[in-house]
Amino acid sequence: MNENKPICLSAKGVTKIFGVGQHKMRAVDNVNMDLYVGEVVSIVGESGSGKTTLAKILLGLTKETEGEIYFLGQKRDLRGGKRKKEYWKNIQAIFQDPFSSFNTFNKIDSVLLDCIKLRGDGGLPKEKKIELMKEACGFVNLKFEELTNKYPFELSGGQQQRLMIARIFLLKPKILVADEPTSMIDACSRATILDYLMQLRNEVGMTVIFITHDIGLAYYVSDTVYIMEHGKIVESGSADRVILHPQEAYTRRLISDVPKIHEPWDLSTV
Amino acid sequence: MANVVLEVKDLTTKYITRYKEDVYAVDHVSLKVEEGKSLGIAGESGCGKSTLALSLMGYYFPPLYYTSGEIIIDGLNISGMPADEVRRTILGKEIAYIPQAAMNALNPTRRIINFIEDVVKAHHPDTSKQEIYDLARERFALLGLPEDVLQKYPVELSGGMKQRTVIAISVILGPKILIADEPSSALDVTSQKMVIKMLRDLMDGGHIKAMIFITHELPLLYNVTDQIMVMYAGQLVELAGAHEAVFDPLHPYSKGLMGSIIVPEEGLRSAKLTAIPGTPPNLKNPPSGCRFAERCKYVRPECKAISVPLQESYGDRAYRCIIPEAELRGIYANERE
Amino acid sequence: MGHSIRQAFHSGKFVTGFVIFGLILLVVFVYPLFVPAPPLEIIGQGTFFEPGVYVNVYDSIGAKQYTLNLEGAAEKRIASKLSDEDRTAIKEWLVAAGVAEGEIDPTNTEQLLEKWFSMFDPAKKIAGMTNAKRNYYIRLNSSIQGLLATEGAVLATKDPATGALQEAGSVPQTSFVNVAQVPNVRILPLGTDNFGRDVLTELVAAARVSLMIGLIAGFIATFIGVTLGLISGFIGGMVDDSVMFVTNLFTVIPSFVLLILISFSIGQEKRGAFTVAVVIGFTGWVWTARAVRSQVISLRNRDHVNLSRLSGHSLFSIILRDILPYIASYVMMAFVLQISIGILAEAGLSILGLGPRTTEVPTLGLMMNWAMIYQAHILGKWWAFFPVILVIALITFSINLMNTGLDQVFNPTLRE
Repeated sequence: MNENKPICLSAKGVTKIFGVGQHKMRAVDNVNMDLYVGEVVSIVGESGSGKTTLAKILLGLTKETEGEIYFLGQKRDLRGGKRKKEYWKNIQAIFQDPFSSFNTFNKIDSVLLDCIKLRGDGGLPKEKKIELMKEACGFVNLKFEELTNKYPFELSGGQQQRLMIARIFLLKPKILVADEPTSMIDACSRATILDYLMQLRNEVGMTVIFITHDIGLAYYVSDTVYIMEHGKIVESGSADRVILHPQEAYTRRLISDVPKIHEPWDLSTV
Repeated sequence: MANVVLEVKDLTTKYITRYKEDVYAVDHVSLKVEEGKSLGIAGESGCGKSTLALSLMGYYFPPLYYTSGEIIIDGLNISGMPADEVRRTILGKEIAYIPQAAMNALNPTRRIINFIEDVVKAHHPDTSKQEIYDLARERFALLGLPEDVLQKYPVELSGGMKQRTVIAISVILGPKILIADEPSSALDVTSQKMVIKMLRDLMDGGHIKAMIFITHELPLLYNVTDQIMVMYAGQLVELAGAHEAVFDPLHPYSKGLMGSIIVPEEGLRSAKLTAIPGTPPNLKNPPSGCRFAERCKYVRPECKAISVPLQESYGDRAYRCIIPEAELRGIYANERE
Repeated sequence: MGHSIRQAFHSGKFVTGFVIFGLILLVVFVYPLFVPAPPLEIIGQGTFFEPGVYVNVYDSIGAKQYTLNLEGAAEKRIASKLSDEDRTAIKEWLVAAGVAEGEIDPTNTEQLLEKWFSMFDPAKKIAGMTNAKRNYYIRLNSSIQGLLATEGAVLATKDPATGALQEAGSVPQTSFVNVAQVPNVRILPLGTDNFGRDVLTELVAAARVSLMIGLIAGFIATFIGVTLGLISGFIGGMVDDSVMFVTNLFTVIPSFVLLILISFSIGQEKRGAFTVAVVIGFTGWVWTARAVRSQVISLRNRDHVNLSRLSGHSLFSIILRDILPYIASYVMMAFVLQISIGILAEAGLSILGLGPRTTEVPTLGLMMNWAMIYQAHILGKWWAFFPVILVIALITFSINLMNTGLDQVFNPTLRE
């Protein structure tokens, strides 16, 4: 861990309860985490572990039932549209399914123009805006000229996910929450997406929170790994420590259940 | 030579779109599966692997149409057989098919035993309920499924248990071949492992003679199958033993695919994942030369001009590239350094 | 959107519905150009004139006459004059005179008269026949003989001074006029109604008014339903609870009962077509609101909405840009369906006498109401109500066809 780096975002006793009465469900249960500036963190869990709900809470899209979140040492306060907008300049997201991430009725330019507006450059002259958009598209190897007047759904899944990254490039937030950004994408395009993400992180120096069910991917990309089960963090630590030397039974099971290629995959342990 | 359970020769099938365009999703594919062996089919989404699975059964319904080629199951040629006859005599008895969403296809208002009764009675109308129950109980015990599942409704079972139940039902008539199309992709890793173990048990116990396993998850394919077939844009581009396919691929596309494998193992963090830029060609109008040429790092001028035949390598190996094997290996070796 | 519209025209159902609806609209707007008369003008003295071509008798006398020798003209004349009662009476006499009953076909005029002329003898006494009956037969015989006579009808003028009649000419039986040369001819394809109004003209006007009522009612119902559905679905929480409380209240009260009560309380005098449309609209939004709300709830957690929030868009802008376009096709379908519901609701209300007040405009429901009050259905005056039923059925049928067609386009799971 990077204790010498400043803390960027921290969660204290964050809990989210869905439903009422008998059907009460603790989707996120007393989660504590400290995310340092510039590190890549993975939150790994199976479906239903509450990892996506946690991500939405960190993003401020879902309101936590209990607990506090501190952003750069300040207690986060999201009351009112203005404060929310200010927070979202600093934290952005990439979602799982590129085909449902964009409004299919708006053209691609408007997606990028929204970002320019959000970062406070809405008043720039048109040529300057186009230049910015060109630069952002160029970063992810998309040709802006070919994208104008197109709709997001006319692009392939990989291209849409790259467009998502172009968005992040324009906004340069302090934190990026990537919710399964490659799970709907073919293996060949996955490496491309991960490359751009890591390149962007190195340029901007942002904290990246990976939400994933793929423990191999988490190991590949992150410095720190959090393992989540039934809304609780069961194990956390540096990626090498957690993946290669897991302490908790759940983590061990999760790792042993994933097929390997260099080591034998023991099928008798189910 | 071992007994060949399934042989496919030059199979071509097509989709006819709403606008009456032909899309050849399976383009002259030949394959052979011997008794006791399993074949894996890998490829990106849209490469035709699922269509191949459907085509192998010989059961075509619009918009999928049979064009040419032969399918021979244990000596019986089923190509050109009417769909109705295939359904009566082949499906379930000779070939069992498990699609990805199989577990969601169970009618929630009926018990598991009712589905088994349906399957058995459709082929053996005279069987009594008690006989069916005994058969089901015996099979479930063999496959490690609890007997009380028989009396349950689908909603009472977890995803993994439902999928395993579906597999057990689909092999109840003792088919020779099992075709599993992404049977575990929608499940979490633990259930996935249980499904895989069951498939392995089916093979090892001799309940099925051969298996065809389709998935885009290469580590899974590596652990389940004996042979791996890589498909690209409707064509077979590489066929090799599972170990060779993963660790020593020949075709540039397979090379890229295998280089993108992510597993939680030591050394992964220092590895560089390979990326293949671009998108697969549109099958409505495929390029005349090599279909991978547009995206290939090692593309040569002649690649786009001539249609590349499948090159036989030693043994059961084959790949579709104009660059000779030795030269390809040389290129790859240089790259590593 | 343009793509979806093109897709809609690939659906046979939609096209059929669209063509029927388009034809109705065409007739509704083109017909008044040719027949500009006010639809509620009373032209006939008397009730329920049969459909047909009405030729002015006075003008026919004055028109140029042509002689056409047509075979069987006399028989046709007699056939049309001889009433059913007379025919049965003839049959009865013949049977009593000893002709086998099976041989007589009262509908075959020629055969009947042939037997009559050969058998009838006024002096013949038939057992059980009263004198009055015998005289009736004698009268009947002479009137048939009169019809068979070859002389024409005599036209006479009255001397204004003496009042004496003077022969002015005669109209032979072989005389014809050309209808085109008669200045006053009125075609009443659907006859007249109980007030003597041209049913066709009235029907076209009624269809237009009913469509307007349906359109206004449908628009109001859809607007209220969509607005409430969007607000309650997207904002959720207390807002959702209170909107749903009101919606549920409206759900449990049958909207037609509510409609009747409101229409009744407004009073006959204040009920114009527009008022009725508004009332129908205000009672019909409930299911639209519920349906839109559930659609919105499934949309509000979609990633594109989340992305829009992260991009700093306001609530209003998100509802307008990220939610509404996604349910637009659904709203369109709801609107189309609401139009037909509006038309049917008006018809239902008017039959009960709670429709628009009767002096200004006809509506399809009012026409049914009038036909019912004047017992057209009992009297067998089918032209007063059957075309109305047909038009209502065609309008709602075409709208529902279009709706199903649209459904297949917008909902891929329903595609064949």
